Amino acid sequence: MIELQDISKSFGADVVALKHVSFTVAENEFFTLLGPSGCGKTTLLRIIAGFEFTDSGDVLLDGGDIAQLPPEKRPVNTVFQNYALFPHMNVLQNVAFGMEMRGIERVEAADSARRMLSQVMLDDFAERFPAQLSGGQQQRVALARALINRPRVLLLDEPLSALDFKLRKTMRIELKRLQRDTGITFIFVTHDQEEALALSDRIAVMRDGEVRQIGAPMDVYEKPADRFVADFIGETNFLAGRVEAGGGDGTGDGAGDSTGGDSSRVNSLRVTLGDGSTVTARSQNANAADLRGAVTLAIRPERVALSAAATPGGVAGAIDEVVYQGNTTRYQITLQSGDRIAALETNAAAATAQFAAGDRVGARFEPQSLWVLQE
Amino acid sequence: MKRLFNFNLPPLLSVGPAALFLTVFFIAPFAIIAVYSLMEADPFGGVRRAFSADAYIQFLFTRDWDGNLQFDLSYLNIFWRSFALAAGATVLCLAAAFPAAYYIATQPRRRRGLLLLLITVPFWANLLVRTYCWVLILRDSGLVNGWLIAFDLISTPLPLMYTDGAILVGLTYTYLPFMALPIYASLEKTDWRLIEASRDLYAGHRQTLARVVFPLARPGVIAGCIMVFIPSLGAFIAPSLLGGGRNLMIGSLIQLQFSSSRNWPFGAASALILLAFVLLLLYLWRRRSGRDGRDDGESIW
Amino acid sequence: MPGFGAWTWVFYIFLYLPLVILVVFSFNAGRSATVWSGFSLDWYARAFGNESIQRATVNSLIVAFSAMTAATVLALLAALALMRGRRFRGGTVFRVTLLAPLMIPEIVTAVATLTFFSALGMQLGLFNVFIAHTVFCIPFAYLPIAARLSNLDESLECAARDLYAGAWRAFRRVTLPLAMPGIAAGAMLAFIISLDDFVITLMVADAGSTTLPVYIFGMVRMGTSPEINAVSTALLAVTTVIIVFHYYLSNSAKNRP
Ligand SMILES: Nc1ncnc2c1ncn2[C@@H]1O[C@H](COP(=O)(O)OP(=O)(O)OP(=O)(O)O)[C@@H](O)[C@H]1O
Ligand SMILES: [Mg+2]
Repeated sequence: MIELQDISKSFGADVVALKHVSFTVAENEFFTLLGPSGCGKTTLLRIIAGFEFTDSGDVLLDGGDIAQLPPEKRPVNTVFQNYALFPHMNVLQNVAFGMEMRGIERVEAADSARRMLSQVMLDDFAERFPAQLSGGQQQRVALARALINRPRVLLLDEPLSALDFKLRKTMRIELKRLQRDTGITFIFVTHDQEEALALSDRIAVMRDGEVRQIGAPMDVYEKPADRFVADFIGETNFLAGRVEAGGGDGTGDGAGDSTGGDSSRVNSLRVTLGDGSTVTARSQNANAADLRGAVTLAIRPERVALSAAATPGGVAGAIDEVVYQGNTTRYQITLQSGDRIAALETNAAAATAQFAAGDRVGARFEPQSLWVLQE
Repeated sequence: MKRLFNFNLPPLLSVGPAALFLTVFFIAPFAIIAVYSLMEADPFGGVRRAFSADAYIQFLFTRDWDGNLQFDLSYLNIFWRSFALAAGATVLCLAAAFPAAYYIATQPRRRRGLLLLLITVPFWANLLVRTYCWVLILRDSGLVNGWLIAFDLISTPLPLMYTDGAILVGLTYTYLPFMALPIYASLEKTDWRLIEASRDLYAGHRQTLARVVFPLARPGVIAGCIMVFIPSLGAFIAPSLLGGGRNLMIGSLIQLQFSSSRNWPFGAASALILLAFVLLLLYLWRRRSGRDGRDDGESIW
Repeated sequence: MPGFGAWTWVFYIFLYLPLVILVVFSFNAGRSATVWSGFSLDWYARAFGNESIQRATVNSLIVAFSAMTAATVLALLAALALMRGRRFRGGTVFRVTLLAPLMIPEIVTAVATLTFFSALGMQLGLFNVFIAHTVFCIPFAYLPIAARLSNLDESLECAARDLYAGAWRAFRRVTLPLAMPGIAAGAMLAFIISLDDFVITLMVADAGSTTLPVYIFGMVRMGTSPEINAVSTALLAVTTVIIVFHYYLSNSAKNRP
């Protein structure tokens, strides 16, 4: 429904904010832009909203190019990072502003505004001014002010970042509910990976003005496209390895095609670690069978299983440190290969920690979760 | 997120009017006096259309009856006196305003507001009226002489008016708020824990002042000195009310050339020389402080 | 620092004592400025009955109001361009020119303007005074407006555009009302600066367009009369009221977004 085609944008001569960004957001989707500070998320939203022009590329809404339209001509609304509520208008006037500007009669606009306010549970605050509201209430006014216009797309720029931790969790649920109730497409910006995973239908992970991976939360977490994505979302262990000649067994297992579409074929490879042991890993690279030489392996700590050193099939190592965390226990391990990794074990049954510092263990990597990364 | 493409009136509409107005009525006049300063004086006022550098030569030389140039220091003296008086007023203002600004900056917030307002009012009050107050005080039948005579301390009035001292008092008095406000503004941002820390480290009052407070206040002190020195240098009201006809300063000298002396080119040249001094001073100051061009301060400077 | 508190008292006494003397003796029944001979409003009555003073007052008000209006409009447009518009070539030069009258000694601006009018043969009486005043009122109007605009979050204006207001309506409904305290402050400063100006008016005004300060100066030159005290006090009162008002306005504006 909204389609970005090859968008590039730079500020001045040396700040490149966006490089060839393309993606399509579907009707009703909760789409998240996730990335570290300065990666161009706000710039992208401002381009969609119409506050910024692109250097090249098209912005299509329902098939029509809107890149040249001013913001007031676009059926797109924004929830600003600092809410940007009009301080000289009360809550009702703020919420009714958009309708009034679209030429809807004052009385009717006020009526709709009141209905909208009750949807965000602010019925009693209509006459207050923004300065007299708490952060969470301001946030909901900002949402109401945008949603009342029933935009085709709602843009939200880190709307939860100004709230305290607890409120952020409640607002998350409320955001998701509002999106489901209204059926409006959300494009949501955050640099909080947990927020992105919990809320989104799909996530676009950005870095330095580029989109590195697009996919459902599970895809992005389970099948990170590159080292950056693996590192940015969740915690990941990296291991150095080599693919010897004939290491690829060539079996594309094709499992779990993502809706994002760019990580379609999955191949299995035999990779040799630093200490000579070999493991089976997967690669999203279509030409993985031809891959040779040094590679990086990635595995999540919770996908590392520990066993007593004697058990066969594990990569040998020694435990440096044990941290009991209640529901989980975290082990810091140095492998024989020299790689240092973390392993996270669930404490499913009441028991003391299985291993102690200094113990020699075997680490087994769940083959489905061990990825050969392209740098 | 600095600048948007929206809310941008066409430049012709936004910059245009003020730019046009100032070009015609502010910049052009300076171009014209530059031209006038290089013409011959018309004894009936204005200029004759002929080139002459007389206005500038006049600063250092007089022409005797035979038309020979003779070195003459009287105009240079007026410039020198103006510098001395302006510098004196600046020093006095600094000495008077610094302790007060410091004291205000250390007061609780509410009290500070009132004290500040009490400086702000005279800051904006009419300069002429504020100078006139000193005429009431200093003249022969004024308050000081009146009371001294009434208590039989003197029999004839002291000549307080029409002296350099009177000018100095007038300048100091009128420009005092111009010193106090910038110093206060720079001290207001001071972290007072620094001063406590300094006291903790056994620095005495005087040392704390010299080593900690003064360096912190320096931008404000420099700004204040500029704010007092420049208008004092070009002052017209104080010398003409308190200095009488003889104790001229540059400002009154310039004014005279355009009124009774009817020597416009010389007046124009004097004005340009004064302007050059001022611009040089401002240039040096700006280069030091290297401020950026945004107007986010509430301060009028 | 010890002694600074006491010194501050001396400082304020020095600052206010001369003004208090002026005000007190403006209510003195006698002519003397040394001996108190009873309260009276005679000198005020005399001053306000004086036709020349009336004319000068009217002139002052006409000039102050019109210079205030012109300067505020020009300053607002300039501030919008400098604080909100795209950067433009010559922006810095423009800003420096705008603020220059603050720093250049008044007497220099005064003779330059006088020379300019005379070279052009422009003798339009009060209109000349109005022009000269507008030039030096612009920076005083500009600074509070610019300060206000720079504290105004640009995302508010974005929000207005986002909510279907065109450029003009976003300005009308959001930017302008929010900039209003700055505009009012600027206008007030421009007004009193024009009302109180003496040096430039002295040089530029012809006989028919004398303003109040110029008239006061003339009277002082001719010898003091208690009438001067009365007029001066009145002028002082107007300035004080406006400044106090301005002070609270800008302080309360500072505490709001
Ligand atoms: N108006 C501008 N002028 C110059 N550079 C800009 C401008 N706006 C953004 N940038 C630069 O473009 C890059 C992307 O900025 P953007 O605001 O889009 O990042 P972001 O992903 O939203 O970061 P954050 O998470 O910190 O909000 C940054 O390097 C930023 O400095
Ligand atoms: Mg951002």
